[in-house]
Amino acid sequence: MTNHSEEMHPIASLFRSPLYDLYREAQARIVPFSGWEMPVQYSGILPEHRAVREAAGMFDISHMGKFAISGANVIDALQQLVPSDLSHLQPAEAQYTVLLNAQAGIIDDLIVYYQGVDTKGEQRVMLIANAATTIKDREWLLANLPSSLNFQDLSPTKVLLAVQGPQAVSLLQTCVQEDLSQVKRFGHLEGTVLGQPGFLARTGYTGEDGFEVMVDPQTGIDLWRSLLNSGITPCGLGARDTLRLEAAMALYGQDIDETTTPLEASLGWLVHLDRKGDFIGRTVLEKQKQFGVARKLVGLQMEGRNIARHDYPVLFNQEKVGVVTSGTLSPTLGKAIALAYVPTHLAKTGQDLDIEIRQKAYRAIVVKRPFYKSTAIPIL
Amino acid sequence: MALEYPEDLKYLDSHEYARLDGDIATIGITAFAVDQLGDIVFLELPDVGSALTKGETFGTVESVKAVEDLNAPISGTVIERNDPMVEAPEQLAEDPYGEGWLLKVKFEDASELDSALSASEYQSQVEGE
Repeated sequence: MTNHSEEMHPIASLFRSPLYDLYREAQARIVPFSGWEMPVQYSGILPEHRAVREAAGMFDISHMGKFAISGANVIDALQQLVPSDLSHLQPAEAQYTVLLNAQAGIIDDLIVYYQGVDTKGEQRVMLIANAATTIKDREWLLANLPSSLNFQDLSPTKVLLAVQGPQAVSLLQTCVQEDLSQVKRFGHLEGTVLGQPGFLARTGYTGEDGFEVMVDPQTGIDLWRSLLNSGITPCGLGARDTLRLEAAMALYGQDIDETTTPLEASLGWLVHLDRKGDFIGRTVLEKQKQFGVARKLVGLQMEGRNIARHDYPVLFNQEKVGVVTSGTLSPTLGKAIALAYVPTHLAKTGQDLDIEIRQKAYRAIVVKRPFYKSTAIPIL
Repeated sequence: MALEYPEDLKYLDSHEYARLDGDIATIGITAFAVDQLGDIVFLELPDVGSALTKGETFGTVESVKAVEDLNAPISGTVIERNDPMVEAPEQLAEDPYGEGWLLKVKFEDASELDSALSASEYQSQVEGE
């Protein structure tokens, strides 16, 4: 067999999460990813995927970028860097958004967690961003935020564990002092995890209910062991990818990057031109809003068994009109699904297109996103 | 899990095997390949009557994450295709040397397999990986 997947080239020194030894105990298959040695799977992508959809799974995502920012007007300062209106964020609320360059290209996607005002009268914000972009984000933030703000990069010092699935909250609850059922979707709190301080947010990248928990390394190790004992399935990056794709969540560097704007990426719901003032990239987004975008990211479902993959051409009338950015067999639906950029006039739900796979054309249809929607996510 | 390497097969270092019986070769992929791939979700094989050329791609196997070309260990004509595996490729993992065979090929020149690996050669190659 000859491999056609993208292989990461091992580099001299890869980072290891504090949980690295625990992956090995759990029989993980470990691969280089974004400069880290990460588990791609434990028991297998399909059983791990199913565990998250039906029960609970946990992912070590300590490789992700984590920034704590505090100061007089952090929210106002961040408002300049993102297209979303952050001014209405209440303490303990969060907003998924993107950092934009002057061309409105996406520097990264991230979640802004507003933690409120501390005793010194300073606003506190936590940002969680992608692993591969951590250094780039830090440089961008430091260059574009007032130097009066206190900026802390927690990335190398904290463990971040995502606990996801319909049973995730009740199983995690046994390790947490505060009542997690009172936390709204995208809500968060500073709480007590196994007697130690932790940051807990009801967010995730799987399309299921659950929390992301940030703690010190030793607490992270203890939490992993406790959750493993309670029956939570350890899950790797493979299942994380199939889960997020079913939920039609963008993967940075693949579905979105500095050459795509949020309007092209069908992230218009986080662009609030009418609700806020100037921000980097605004001019380009105003034009795109006025005149429309030439291409859009759409969801595709394959008609047959063939699987559309990253970089496969999208055809219409035998001509290449676009490209697949992510594709897989959806374990939940049993159908091949994909995200692809296509011309806006071919982006309507129900549009027939073809995907070129090994020099042959296979029928795909534009479908609504997400491909999968959990019925278990509470609307509090 | 200990992987099997049946003695009666000829192996390619790209993880295909051939089992010869008269002038018919049964072609499949090895237990090691199945283990490395993980969950197999797609299989594409040539129609009966197609010609296979040694060393050339004859089909595709996909896991959730990976796409792999299948390389022909021997030239010949496809006389049978394992359609149940095409329909349910996840079952291939259960018995890659038996029920999980891929093609039966009528071949002309058994010496094409002279350069293929024996079970022990293949085993030492992959377990050294």
